[in-house]
Amino acid sequence: MPAAVPAVLAAAGVVFVGLPLVGLLERVSWSSLGSELSAHDAYVALRLSLETSLGALAVAVAFGLPLAWVLARRTFPGRALVRALVVLPMVLPPVVGGIALLYAFGRRGLAGQLLYDLTGWRLVFNTSGAVLAEAFVSMPFLVVTAEAAFRSMDRRAEEAAATLGAGPAYRFWRVTLPAVAPALGAGAALTWARALGEFGATITFAGNLPGVTQTSPLLIYLDIESGHETTALALSLVLLLVSLGVLVGLRQRWLGNP
Amino acid sequence: MRTGRLALVSAVGLALSSCGSARPSATPTTAASATAIDVFAAASLTGASTAATTALAASAGVRATYNFGGSNTLVTQILQGAPADVFASADRANMGRLVAAGLVETPVTFARNRLEIAVAPGNPKHIAGPADLARRGVNVVMEAPGVPAGDYARALFGSEHLGVRPVSLETDVKSALAKVTSGEADATVVYATDVAAAGAATSGVPIAPALQPDITYPIAVVKATRHRAAAEAFVRSAVSGAVQRDLEAAGFLPPR
Amino acid sequence: MSLSADVDLRIGGLRLRAELDVGDDAAVAVVGPNGAGKTTLLRALAGLTPLDAGRVVIGGAVVDDPRAGVRVPTEERRVGVVFQEPRLFDHLTSLQNVAFGLRARGASRTEARAGAAGWLERVGLAHVAGLRPRQLSGGQAQRVALARTLATEPAVLLLDEPLASVDATARADLRHLLRQELRRYPGSRLIVTHDPVEAAALADRLVVLEDGRVTQQGPLSEVTARPRSAWVAEMVGLNLLEGTASGRSVVAGAGAVVSTATSLTGPVFVAFRPNAVTLHRRAPEGSARNVWEGRVSELHPAGDRARVRFEGPVALVAEVTAGAVADLALADGGRVWASVKATDVEVYPA
Repeated sequence: MPAAVPAVLAAAGVVFVGLPLVGLLERVSWSSLGSELSAHDAYVALRLSLETSLGALAVAVAFGLPLAWVLARRTFPGRALVRALVVLPMVLPPVVGGIALLYAFGRRGLAGQLLYDLTGWRLVFNTSGAVLAEAFVSMPFLVVTAEAAFRSMDRRAEEAAATLGAGPAYRFWRVTLPAVAPALGAGAALTWARALGEFGATITFAGNLPGVTQTSPLLIYLDIESGHETTALALSLVLLLVSLGVLVGLRQRWLGNP
Repeated sequence: MRTGRLALVSAVGLALSSCGSARPSATPTTAASATAIDVFAAASLTGASTAATTALAASAGVRATYNFGGSNTLVTQILQGAPADVFASADRANMGRLVAAGLVETPVTFARNRLEIAVAPGNPKHIAGPADLARRGVNVVMEAPGVPAGDYARALFGSEHLGVRPVSLETDVKSALAKVTSGEADATVVYATDVAAAGAATSGVPIAPALQPDITYPIAVVKATRHRAAAEAFVRSAVSGAVQRDLEAAGFLPPR
Repeated sequence: MSLSADVDLRIGGLRLRAELDVGDDAAVAVVGPNGAGKTTLLRALAGLTPLDAGRVVIGGAVVDDPRAGVRVPTEERRVGVVFQEPRLFDHLTSLQNVAFGLRARGASRTEARAGAAGWLERVGLAHVAGLRPRQLSGGQAQRVALARTLATEPAVLLLDEPLASVDATARADLRHLLRQELRRYPGSRLIVTHDPVEAAALADRLVVLEDGRVTQQGPLSEVTARPRSAWVAEMVGLNLLEGTASGRSVVAGAGAVVSTATSLTGPVFVAFRPNAVTLHRRAPEGSARNVWEGRVSELHPAGDRARVRFEGPVALVAEVTAGAVADLALADGGRVWASVKATDVEVYPA
């Protein structure tokens, strides 16, 4: 194989990924960017995106962190199955995830009906539903990174802490968590970025209403559909920059720093 | 096991329809030598109108491949240069965008439709007409701005001064209807043909003729077609007797 | 407080089966070859490795007894451990590391800081209080680790090869500090080491662990004078033979007879120093001498002395002068006679 072949293919790969982004940037109407983003709908969608994605991150941390801990540190029958299950939303088409969420948490869903009958609380068409959909899709990113961190960290410091009189909780908060903090930070950033970009599960499960469930990706889709390209592109640019920011920030952790 | 698989299949099916993506579907040909054309057709022509569209293909003697989608989506695709030979829209406005862009020949109206309120089977919330959609405790879903069915419904509510506050703005008619059939929402306004196609999954509540908007389905040959003769034959057949009977059976009204 | 243990466990290919008593009066060193289970024993005492059977009693309280369902977690055992490597908390300063145990046991922030500062001062590291572990040298880090453990005032102090991770230059200083602290320490002290110098410097009693079992234990002087296994003999630098005594004569190994100054009967150990062995090119004459004929199998010159491995009816090591090596032409091979005076031979029951 000639030495130039990998380089050419690599360059083609970069173009393949980069060209659509260039196409997007080329279409952005830079002069009206500010006014597009401060327009009511865009502003509302961006704010809602921020709220729901942070909410999803909170849910993912609240449930994903203990889950990652258990997967990394406990052995129990069916652990491999549980591990596969919690990662499933990563590879599941988000729309299918949304449908599955409807079957579980919809008004006639397995848990949703009970919830509705007991409390009158409805997730579908509610901001909490958007948070749930985003958490469902993004939590695997947290679980995977956190589990790897819990698994690979040097446990000798935990033992030392125990000999110094630190109980399990004290050890977790004062030794384990600080040791995995950088990895957790990276995992949380990825989780948040994924939640921010969530579309399929959200629109399928939570619906689409400005200020309630219409997050930025939903508005982008609808704006494109109805021909309001400039707003859609302005919002796309914001999401693109945020994602890029997260990835560049994580570069050291994920790609190594040459 | 069997029911599980069925549930999964239907979940995927529902997923495809509710995300409003274009779904190509091939139709058997009548003649082996038939010319193949691509027909971009409004999503509301799917399902109940399958019989009619099949007949369209049969009577025109061409092999048509359909790309169903929201009319606005299809217009966007054609504006971006998608290789359509014929475009059948669910409203004049979207067709008008292509006419204005000079991308289609003069459209022909081939069908009309009516709005209907789709509710859960048996109408548990006792909805009698559009006014009931403004009631507290009735969860209404609509289609997003730009989706014709939603725009018609909004115009109707506006002219009747009804303060209907939807809980969600769905991307197309199918998604809106799915929210009702799945029990998440209590009602939505869709086309009569959609209610007919959904069968027992939903009940239809008629809307008075005086309130009905003019919902016409124009069809036109896309100027960029490479199969002009076949495309023109297809458009002619749309207003022919056989196709009209099938469309009527699916709940459409004849063109005025 | 005393420590008493009967440890029975399997881990990997090792079966550890050891009884141990550590009073407050003497520091105990557990010595033995690599893989003998020394560290495992220490971990079992600390509750870091579970027992299969047996029990561990600290200060009269049972902290481990699997058959009775008792297993007190490490943090409630009041055992302090200094590990082979410092195991400091990377995200904390030296001061915070030393304060950690105090905080974990409920001291207020101010109390813990004050206590920690005192301990850092005591190990001579007040000036690195604000530094993080990665800014410390190996010796400094191990001192901080020692201070961190001592600060919690454990009932039992366990040290696992505490000098192993420290480079040679810092080792002497740290050994001196350890010796000092072990003297002052009021509770039970147990040091795991494979280094006889370290054992001799830090402990009063030795427990020899070989292949998961205690092969010998006793005061330092006794173990070094009367080894009961080849490994101990090698460690203390003695020749050791096993045999059967009747009166002043011992039949050892493949029928060799050793004359001794002490009269005993039954199975015995025979020990003598390498420098008590004399080598000859001709069969020596004289009485009260043990003489064996054989050959030199290895020769290790060391300065003006040389260690010579001799193979005959018995295998032994002789330490002779470099002059003797030359005079006897030991490097040329051939027949050699080794002799030891009966009065230089220590004999004791096996």
